[in-house]
Amino acid sequence: MVNLGFSIGDLRFKNPVLTASGTFGYGSEFDDFLDVSLLGGIILKGTTLEPREGNAYPRMAETPSGMLNSVGLQNKGIEFFEKNIYPRVSSYNTNVIVNINGNHIDDYVGLAERISRLDKIPAIELNISCPNVKMGGMAFGTNLGATRDVTRAVRAVYPKKLIVKLSPNVTDIVSFAQAAEEEGADSISLINTLLGMAIDTGSMKPALSTITGGLSGPAVKPVALRMVWQVARSVRIPVIGIGGIMNTRDAVEFFLAGASAVQIGTASFIDPGVSLKIVGGISDYLSSKGFSDIKEIIGIINRQGTGKS
Amino acid sequence: MTKRIEDLKITENTRLNKDIFILGLSGNSSLPEMRPGQFAQIKVEGSPGTFLRRPFSIHDVDYERNTFRLLIQIAGDGTETLSKLRKGDTLNLIYPLGNSFSVPEKNKRILLAGGGCGVAPLLFLAKYLKSHGLNADILLGYRNSERIIESGEFSAIGNVFIATEDGSEGEKGLLTDHPLLKKESFDVIYCCGPVTMMKTVAVYCRKRNISCEVSLENLMGCGIGACLCCVVETTEGNMLTCTDGPVFNINVLKW
Repeated sequence: MVNLGFSIGDLRFKNPVLTASGTFGYGSEFDDFLDVSLLGGIILKGTTLEPREGNAYPRMAETPSGMLNSVGLQNKGIEFFEKNIYPRVSSYNTNVIVNINGNHIDDYVGLAERISRLDKIPAIELNISCPNVKMGGMAFGTNLGATRDVTRAVRAVYPKKLIVKLSPNVTDIVSFAQAAEEEGADSISLINTLLGMAIDTGSMKPALSTITGGLSGPAVKPVALRMVWQVARSVRIPVIGIGGIMNTRDAVEFFLAGASAVQIGTASFIDPGVSLKIVGGISDYLSSKGFSDIKEIIGIINRQGTGKS
Repeated sequence: MTKRIEDLKITENTRLNKDIFILGLSGNSSLPEMRPGQFAQIKVEGSPGTFLRRPFSIHDVDYERNTFRLLIQIAGDGTETLSKLRKGDTLNLIYPLGNSFSVPEKNKRILLAGGGCGVAPLLFLAKYLKSHGLNADILLGYRNSERIIESGEFSAIGNVFIATEDGSEGEKGLLTDHPLLKKESFDVIYCCGPVTMMKTVAVYCRKRNISCEVSLENLMGCGIGACLCCVVETTEGNMLTCTDGPVFNINVLKW
């Protein structure tokens, strides 16, 4: 029997496969395809204080080995979440984590306070990396001072597990991860989408209504893997790897690079059952390599030397 | 209705004209119940540029033979690849997805209006209505006679009226100019085709207080309501084409 469990502090996860915010709805969209409770956890759709309609259509464009989106955090707001979604997701027997977003620090603080009162939500993911909103979002995650301020402010009001989701749209990812750790984050997740764009040569117009959007899918995986590797060897808290993971092999790469867990994102659009297949796949991989615990392979590439003397 | 992800076998690949073909599909297990207006999300193998699945309307269902058909227009690399599939090949589908056209009360005068490859969901709808004891007139519009998608199946179900833009078959002009629309008074119109055509039909229906449902084809990421990419602006805020639609009553659309 292979041990796949991991922890953020005293919060236990039965396995290291979670679903990424904005790619898994509120879980129920996937009930026909897998037993959500068998996943390590699910990160729910980005939630804001007030309802948001999101950006205008078109908000998606397919690109080589990936896609751009500019959904813009469409959601019905925290009140709707508390009344209508929370009762439903509470029945999942896994860690249900809310991804929170705001225009101002006060928004994040307000959301964190309200969500801390929800018994069945053991953690929040602080989204300071959404590229598709005019205010807030990535503006926090690409400014070191703002990253510190928002993390510190939320930490002060939120006693449960705080995961900070980083933006890849920075020059030095390590400094952002360390800033979040110093301000009290319990875990780092990365990467959110890479800012990109596409143009329709037929209509001679941008493919997205917002012109730019966030790139996800296999196209971003090498970038994500590099950043996860850099961050994992620079912080002491668990790192959750995200970015273009389509299958078991991709997920394993992130563990070898130092991630304690992974989130499956865009892949769920193509195969809604893929996250659970990856749970089984990781177990098979470890057995085939003669390991009994996933911890044995986390960051293993750092222990083997880099090929340089 | 439970959604499935399933490998199905190609039972048929019939070219109807230069750009349009029909794929027949069958599985080992019995088909789920499907409704007209619903669609399937197809994974296209062997087309590196096609990353996401592609949605296609259910064109026809034959529960007795345990097969159903999709009508597909070649529009890019993905559909080009699908057009080369052969009998016996495997295709991975997520289906049935989305809502469906409503079934009107008895004695309503019904018109099905389809433009180009927008006729796809209407054959299934015509047969479904027939099985509920309802007859419909069928008005189909095409660019020219070479584009006609009709293998006699529509005319076996109801009166078929054709419009072609160049007059090479049926009435000359757009579907929305067809004399049938001036002559007859319908109670319900179901419509699928290019957006400009559907908008014209919607205006026609509003003026005459005709109940009208249209099937939309927005760009989709997932098809199951998770990615929120296929939004359509409605009187009730943004709705999803994949799960709130693809069929919408024109009353909720901001057309």
